[in-house]
Amino acid sequence: MSRRTLVHLIGLAVLLCLPVLADLSGEPFLVNVSSRVLIYALAAVSLDLILGYGAMVSFGHGAFFGIGAYVVGILTHHAFNAEDIPFLPGDWVGTTMALVQWPLAIIVSGVFALVIGALSLRTRGVYFIMITLAFAQMLYYFMISLPNYGGEDGLNLWERSTLGPLDLYDEWTFYYVCLIALLGFLFLTRRIVTSRFGMVIRGCQQNETRMRALGFPTYRYKLTAFVIAGMGAGLAGALAANHTEFVGPGLMHWTRSGEIMVMVILGGMGTLFGPVLGAATLLVMEEVLIHYTEHWMVILGPFLLFVVLFARRGIYGWLVGGEKHDD
Amino acid sequence: MTDAVLEVRDLSKAFGAVQASDRLSFSVAPGQVHALIGPNGAGKSTAIAQISGELSPDSGQIMFEGRDITSLPTYQRARGGMQRSYQITSLFQDLTVEDNVAMAIQAQQGHSFRFWGAARKASVLREPANDALARVGLQAKAAHVVTALSHGEQRQLEIAMVLATKPRLLLLDEPMAGMGQSESRAMMEILRPLKGSVGVLLVEHDMDVVFSLADVVSVLVKGTVLMTGTPDEVRRDSRVRSAYLGDEG
Repeated sequence: MSRRTLVHLIGLAVLLCLPVLADLSGEPFLVNVSSRVLIYALAAVSLDLILGYGAMVSFGHGAFFGIGAYVVGILTHHAFNAEDIPFLPGDWVGTTMALVQWPLAIIVSGVFALVIGALSLRTRGVYFIMITLAFAQMLYYFMISLPNYGGEDGLNLWERSTLGPLDLYDEWTFYYVCLIALLGFLFLTRRIVTSRFGMVIRGCQQNETRMRALGFPTYRYKLTAFVIAGMGAGLAGALAANHTEFVGPGLMHWTRSGEIMVMVILGGMGTLFGPVLGAATLLVMEEVLIHYTEHWMVILGPFLLFVVLFARRGIYGWLVGGEKHDD
Repeated sequence: MTDAVLEVRDLSKAFGAVQASDRLSFSVAPGQVHALIGPNGAGKSTAIAQISGELSPDSGQIMFEGRDITSLPTYQRARGGMQRSYQITSLFQDLTVEDNVAMAIQAQQGHSFRFWGAARKASVLREPANDALARVGLQAKAAHVVTALSHGEQRQLEIAMVLATKPRLLLLDEPMAGMGQSESRAMMEILRPLKGSVGVLLVEHDMDVVFSLADVVSVLVKGTVLMTGTPDEVRRDSRVRSAYLGDEG
């Protein structure tokens, strides 16, 4: 068994047993923290697809996370008030059904990613970073200026999504639902990066000029990857809304996008599993350090520098050994 | 000559005050190796970049197999059967040698919006990739990462990639650049069998290579063709000698 397989198996075992471990340790609130880790891990994995494999440094990934959350928030809001959705034609009503809310969150995030990506991907380098950031900030201010949906104060989610017979208020159930979403998305992205499509994205990362000279219309492929990443973040947002039972413009703020990016870099770009480790490390550090000081970022900063300087593929690279694209 | 695989008509391209292509015209017949020679700055690489579509000309026309491709994007030209290699090695450094060639083949096999099957297990990509590597003598290094190859081997890989796509027109921008004597000779043996089957536009500084491979040679000076002829005619031409000595015009 290779070291990589071993790391994956241990990681999977830990994720599967976490609620049990939390109960045994007498700290059941840890299940709640762990769910948060899974949700952010999902967002980070989706960013890794474009950042790590496609060299698309999107600094606006929080936008799709926020859109996913708002879709759930808005649908629940109208379901609670038992009214039609005012900005849609016809008599569409709100709902709390997860099977409607979550796919819709994914689709709406995907549509936004299509529009934002179509415009942003015409630029590259620093301009791409800046334009994705600008779009995310536009959405942030747009949501702030919508008093119907809470404006700056955000929306309380009156009820978590309903998913068949499952009770999402139960911390264990919610944890495992998030875990299934994360593992499902990991499986999907894993297939994608090793597929023909994935090879094109990786080719674009390394030498886009050559890709075009070989006969690939690179823009379309990059845009598709951007949309898939946005959809993943949208699903994470839908789960986040349920987790905190609150949606607010803060979900789209650029600091959120930065946090997700830090998770990817910390865990290891272009590794898919790395961002899960990155999300866990960042959120656990935050959780622990905040007990000692409010200024926990003072400790996080040097730690991040250390990882970036000394571990080329982040924590994941350090765990599995240094070799590059070894799959 | 309408049966030319490539015909360039009155191509002009200026960068500020520098006229890199100045009403440049020439054509490449099918199966012919057509060499472009000329002093540094004569506009050879600029001509290649315009033919491949990476630069757009200010005016003029580019015909590929009788079709006007002047405004087609690069990728469509490549799909249509025109491939180029680069003067400065241009590969996918972090992928394996086999991956690089497979990528070139994948580009020719319809769209790549295929998200499920593993590309590295697709024999329709891997088998031709290994054939192409065998042609340039790199099959033993198929699983190596590109960065582990010597410069000469990377140049051979460049050629393997373009050959793997079975192009009808090859644009080779100094394929021997930076190569030693023996590597250069090996490369010549890779290119020689192409004569007669593929139209080749060859930019090269090494005159031994040019005179041994080319059917036709065009001498470029200041973005325009000074003369076109057989290697012998070009070798004897006094204007060419003076152009190379630098006292022309």
